[in-house]
Amino acid sequence: MGLLAVEQLVKHFGATKALDKASLRLQAGEIVALMGANGAGKSTLVNILAGALAADGGTITFRGEAFKPANPADAVRAGVVTVHQSTDRIGSAGLTVADALLMPRYAEGSTSFFLTRRSVRQKAAAVLAAADFDLPLDSDFGDLRAADRQLVAIARAVAAKASLLILDEPTASLSSVEAQRLYAVLRRLRARGMTILYISHRIADLAALADRAVVMRGGVVVDEFTTPIDFRAAVSAMIGRPLPSHEAIERDFHGDAVLSVQGLQLVPGAPAIDFDVKRGEVVAVTGALGAGKSRLLATLFGINSPVAGAVQVDGKPYHPRNPAEAIAAGVAYAGEDRHRTSLLPAGWPGSSVAGTISLPHLAKWFPGGLLFGDREAEEARGAIGRLGIRTSGPDAGIETLSGGNQQKTVLARWQAGDFRLLLLDEPFQGVDVGARADIIAAIRASTHGATLIATSDPEEAIEVADRIFAIDRHGLIPWKAPDAVSALATYTPNEANIR
Amino acid sequence: MTAPSPAASTPQFKADRLSARHVFAFLRKGGIIVLLAAMLFGFSLAQPAFSNLVNQMSILQSVSVVAILGTAVTLTLAVGGFDLSIGATAASSVMAAAYAMIVWQFNVWLTVPFVVGFGIAVGLFNGFLIVKVRVPDLLATLATMFLLSGLQLIPSAGRSISAGLILPDGSKAAGAFDPRFLEIGRSGLFGFLPLPVVLMALIAVLIYVLTEHTRFGRLLFATGGNELAARLSGAPTNRLRLTAYALSGALASIGGVIIAARVGRGDVSTGGSLMMDAVAAALIGFAVLDKRRPNVLGAVIGAIFVGVLLNGLTMLNTPYYTQDFVKGVVLVGALSLTYGLTRPGR
Repeated sequence: MGLLAVEQLVKHFGATKALDKASLRLQAGEIVALMGANGAGKSTLVNILAGALAADGGTITFRGEAFKPANPADAVRAGVVTVHQSTDRIGSAGLTVADALLMPRYAEGSTSFFLTRRSVRQKAAAVLAAADFDLPLDSDFGDLRAADRQLVAIARAVAAKASLLILDEPTASLSSVEAQRLYAVLRRLRARGMTILYISHRIADLAALADRAVVMRGGVVVDEFTTPIDFRAAVSAMIGRPLPSHEAIERDFHGDAVLSVQGLQLVPGAPAIDFDVKRGEVVAVTGALGAGKSRLLATLFGINSPVAGAVQVDGKPYHPRNPAEAIAAGVAYAGEDRHRTSLLPAGWPGSSVAGTISLPHLAKWFPGGLLFGDREAEEARGAIGRLGIRTSGPDAGIETLSGGNQQKTVLARWQAGDFRLLLLDEPFQGVDVGARADIIAAIRASTHGATLIATSDPEEAIEVADRIFAIDRHGLIPWKAPDAVSALATYTPNEANIR
Repeated sequence: MTAPSPAASTPQFKADRLSARHVFAFLRKGGIIVLLAAMLFGFSLAQPAFSNLVNQMSILQSVSVVAILGTAVTLTLAVGGFDLSIGATAASSVMAAAYAMIVWQFNVWLTVPFVVGFGIAVGLFNGFLIVKVRVPDLLATLATMFLLSGLQLIPSAGRSISAGLILPDGSKAAGAFDPRFLEIGRSGLFGFLPLPVVLMALIAVLIYVLTEHTRFGRLLFATGGNELAARLSGAPTNRLRLTAYALSGALASIGGVIIAARVGRGDVSTGGSLMMDAVAAALIGFAVLDKRRPNVLGAVIGAIFVGVLLNGLTMLNTPYYTQDFVKGVVLVGALSLTYGLTRPGR
């Protein structure tokens, strides 16, 4: 019998089916890679296993018993521990590492009420020893690097006697040395019989660790691969069609450059960046978290100032000091995490679909300053038709839309103006596969300007772009691999990624 | 509760929940207004004198300053801030008006611009602390509140300012309140409409249109809702916040002008509860029409609501010392209405 059996799991979010009868089996003592594009249902599955979401249908059997955790603590008690991607939820600045290690014990009340420095240290050291790690117990948790925070979380999992450890993109913010150390830790845990479900986009990780790879797409497990894993086939299964060769998606551009970057230095000591983006062209920049892709876009939008270098838009010098100047020069930007960078809270003026689209255009559309008239609703209706935004109408609150449709609305905001250069940071975050195809089509259909996209997901870059650059330590590397998959497989995170 | 047999109870239970949801939805949308109407009706029945025009106008006159200050608080709430110095600004405006007329012998045409200019300066100072020095809103305006409460005592050496004030140097101030200034607080239109009520209505309409129907208002709310998103859309968020605080200061000083004109002297103890009342009005305003966000109409209705309640209770001989308790009950009720009752989609 296996350790975990997930059968026909179903989960709806409104009209979207996040999980559509997904099934998965895990044996004791194996490392299984869970692969899938954004919106494939990975996070939903993980959240159900972690007790953060309840399934709408299907069964989960864990260690021979029905498993239906009511909340995350319940799941942990049963032996399923999840380490989420954002490690700042494990503890907080102001607590010591020892406190962070003992947090679950504090919460369940299994330590004495009065704590002495010595007893805390002793207990925390025991937790670390059980996991065979070394961490500075007296340091402030806030000063720990992401990699060490992850170790704290894993040590807590070991202390909780977890038999299933779920890791959500654990290497996303690690340097390669740190990633290697994590691999060693995970192999050791596997040898002790722990089962690890490992979610990652990074094929290098999976190649180093996984006994098996399970691929999800559209809310179901579509395929399974055992070692040696054929990653080319796995990636094809993930995106649902054969991988395009690089030549197939390369269009020819010999117009004038819309964006021209010469000797741009993003941070002190970083290499100079040179590249052009031509009219109608879609260029993607891909790299690990912290490699500098968001920084590049933010610099081009006047949020950060560059150390050195020259930038031209349509041949004219372009050095915006703030977003308003960038917009005036014909450059638009949709930041990563739309809730943080683009959307207004539900119920606020301007939080409707129409208001979301019109925000940067108010001065142009309402030159008198009074917001009367149909201009806003008309523009929104046009965008709803053009991009296939599923909503009840221009006045619908943006929060009533699915993630993909929200993202389409954000794209519509910037396509509503006559921009020369569109900068998109992680435009496919939390977007289901169908909406992603629509967004890609909309991006590629715009021919009057140029588009520069930053994404940490190489598959997304392959899907959307005419040309791809990898970014590493704030420097660009042209991505001229003849075979996209080999490039994916050799793509490793780097030490400079943390900063 | 006991568990009846499921077959019999399920449909009934469902229907109950459905109607409960409708009741809640109705309560959220119109609860405050329905309650206001019910109160007006109830008080009129219980005490016929309550419903006569003079009393109604006196209610409106008594809430006019709080309503204007509530509008000001709404403006700073809209940009995601909070102006705690609003009451102190109004109170020190009262002192400034009295000082200007009694010591400097200003007439009304000089006094009013001077006082409103003072209010704008206070607002700009708040804005400067918040936008440039980056002090959090609550702390910056709290500091300004203390600053003003102290500052207003210094020119008159801690004394209230009225005609014949003995100055710190021993001389006697020669000026007096300009009678035309006093008219701002004491006269009325058509014999029954007090000027403060007219001012309140004008300001309410003006700021309502400004916040709800102009580009400027939209950008104010965008700044308060998600400053990053507003800035990335090209909005000058710092300037918008500064403007909101300046407007808040200006409105507070207009409130001060009305108080000074009504009282006719610069009383050092003016405005003890003004800030709390204005904040309460703005927060009750969240519940009016179920907006769940700062809104001018709500703040004005919130101020009137509290005014009607207190006036009615006073007429029914409820002791004065229960007033703050009553305000507290209203605020708790309104906030529960805003945030507490189950909303669809939760």
